[in-house]
Amino acid sequence: MKVVLQNLTKKFPNRNKKIKEDVVAVNDFSFEIPDGKLIGLLGPSGCGKSTTLNLISGLQKPTSGRIFFGDDDVTDLPAENRGVGLVFQNYALYPHLTVRENITFPLGNLKGKDKLTKEQMNEKALEAAKLVQIDGLMDRKPNELSGGQQQRVAIARALVKMPRVLLLDEPLSNLDARLRLQTREELKRIQTETKITTVFVTHDQEEAMSISDMIVVMKDGVIQQIGAPQDVYDDPVNLFVAKFLGTPPITVFDGKVEKGALYIGSDKIFDTDAPDGEVYAAVRPEGFILDDNGTLSCDLKRVEVMGRDVTIVSANTYSHNPSIRSIVSAENKIDIASASVRFSLKPYKTHLFSKADESRIYYNVR
Amino acid sequence: MDNKNNKAWLYLLPAILFLTAFLVYPLIDVFVYSFEEGYNSASQTFFGVGTYNYSYVLHDPYFLRAVQNTLILVFITVPLSTGIALLISVGLNSITKLKELFQTVYFLPYVTNTLAVGLVFMILFKKTPYTDGLVNLIINFFGGSSVDFIDGPYWAKMFVLCFYTIWVVMPFKILIFTSALASVNKDYYNAAKVDGTSRFRTFMKITLPMISPTVFYLVITGFIGAFKAYSDAVALFGTNLNAAEMNTIVGYVYDMLYGDSGGYPSYASAAAIILFVIVLTITCINLLVSKKHVHY
Repeated sequence: MKVVLQNLTKKFPNRNKKIKEDVVAVNDFSFEIPDGKLIGLLGPSGCGKSTTLNLISGLQKPTSGRIFFGDDDVTDLPAENRGVGLVFQNYALYPHLTVRENITFPLGNLKGKDKLTKEQMNEKALEAAKLVQIDGLMDRKPNELSGGQQQRVAIARALVKMPRVLLLDEPLSNLDARLRLQTREELKRIQTETKITTVFVTHDQEEAMSISDMIVVMKDGVIQQIGAPQDVYDDPVNLFVAKFLGTPPITVFDGKVEKGALYIGSDKIFDTDAPDGEVYAAVRPEGFILDDNGTLSCDLKRVEVMGRDVTIVSANTYSHNPSIRSIVSAENKIDIASASVRFSLKPYKTHLFSKADESRIYYNVR
Repeated sequence: MDNKNNKAWLYLLPAILFLTAFLVYPLIDVFVYSFEEGYNSASQTFFGVGTYNYSYVLHDPYFLRAVQNTLILVFITVPLSTGIALLISVGLNSITKLKELFQTVYFLPYVTNTLAVGLVFMILFKKTPYTDGLVNLIINFFGGSSVDFIDGPYWAKMFVLCFYTIWVVMPFKILIFTSALASVNKDYYNAAKVDGTSRFRTFMKITLPMISPTVFYLVITGFIGAFKAYSDAVALFGTNLNAAEMNTIVGYVYDMLYGDSGGYPSYASAAAIILFVIVLTITCINLLVSKKHVHY
């Protein structure tokens, strides 16, 4: 089931009653979620990603704009008639019901010709439980389960009624680091097996990048960029997206283009056809090449050896980041005693952004 | 015994001393009196030891009437007041406009003076030479004939007593229920809503189990409170409750001690012990039932 959002806008009245202007949580949001894909809504806290999810689920009504599931306009349909499965951040498992009762709960709401017998319900519940591998825990209460198991129960409960769309609100944020890694693989597997169009919300870019077919980066209720995770990472449209994606983060320098060359401070980095003027030059950690004749000079702070790779931590007066983290192969010889280090920069890992509106400046190296 | 433990006992000492002197000792004393036949508190003498006091009390028509009244009161007012309070609280919880106003209105009886309440009930129910009371006016309006609620038939008086009791205990229950309802995580309701759960099923399957500890707390304290009812009856029907057929067990105990037929501490003690046994039994049953149905 493809999901289409058309000019979706959600405004809330301001909490501070003296301010008459509404808070715009979601601003003119338009995009199409292809059938059977896993979409990550990504952005910092308060960017409107959970609101977007609630609008799709029907728990909140949009101020304007339309929502379509396939060809059906569901904008005015209440949540209960939309056929969505929703997994809450805190799972919202009913604590007084067993796992089986929790999973069968949505089935008990079916009426008329859809009404199921107890056996049919249990059969369906077992099917869903097997999918998330909790079929051995059916008679436990939620408080007798670990966080990861509770999460699976919540997913099983959302899946059991065969929803048209599956929505997950920060599904992994309540799990510890190890479990998070495991569960996100699991999530991907379940989604691939069921082929249900899935939208999940996260503020963790690594999470979104690792399992999504497509990510939507949001800021202040506005879509910044939509695309496959790698494309968005490699080709950010503005400084915000560039800074939001990637660990270690991208390093941003104050730079300028003068007479066809990019300068950071007095270091001439490379020749370019970008127009003259002040720019932000942002370099991915893997965009630094350790080079004794390199064009960029930095003060060496320390070297972190991570086995396969080496992270060089250095500083530069023109960098916005207090320390520049660059990842180079461990095969490089680094003189730790040295006070400075020189890099040359890979042009396709070095993005230029306008100082005026932080939008991307595309250029060619000459 | 380590030092930490001694300290704990030291802190507990004041409470233990007071409770022993003013609660445990009198309790044992009452128990002893109840077996001492013809005990006289002035001369501190008695004729013999036995179960005659119990046999007398259990054969006293006034006591049997008091037990009947108390049981009717308990089994009508507790379920009704708890149920109505729950309905009102659910209603209060689901409105947004004027919520605070209604909460205040429903809580007013709790902070209202008993005499003022008595006055209100007089206006509602009492027959005077000038008027038959508001309720009778309404009955008359619909073509019924006046009923004397204060000095009239037994069922009318019982109705007033139950009505009064329910009205008096309701505010506290509403207060407790509204806070219990407000503490239920909204996500449960959202989850139920997305799954298309009807309002009734949501209430029965989610709301009620979630607040079940509160329900049982209010039922148990309600039962105990209703068994100890006395002052409400006095407020409505005066001190001669036996004559009004509206006596309660506690009222009977009081009458045996100080009333017109007073001066019988042995009978009073026996009646008090019987009440104690009844309350204990009911509370135990309550707890047993609640263990099966309360989800923490």
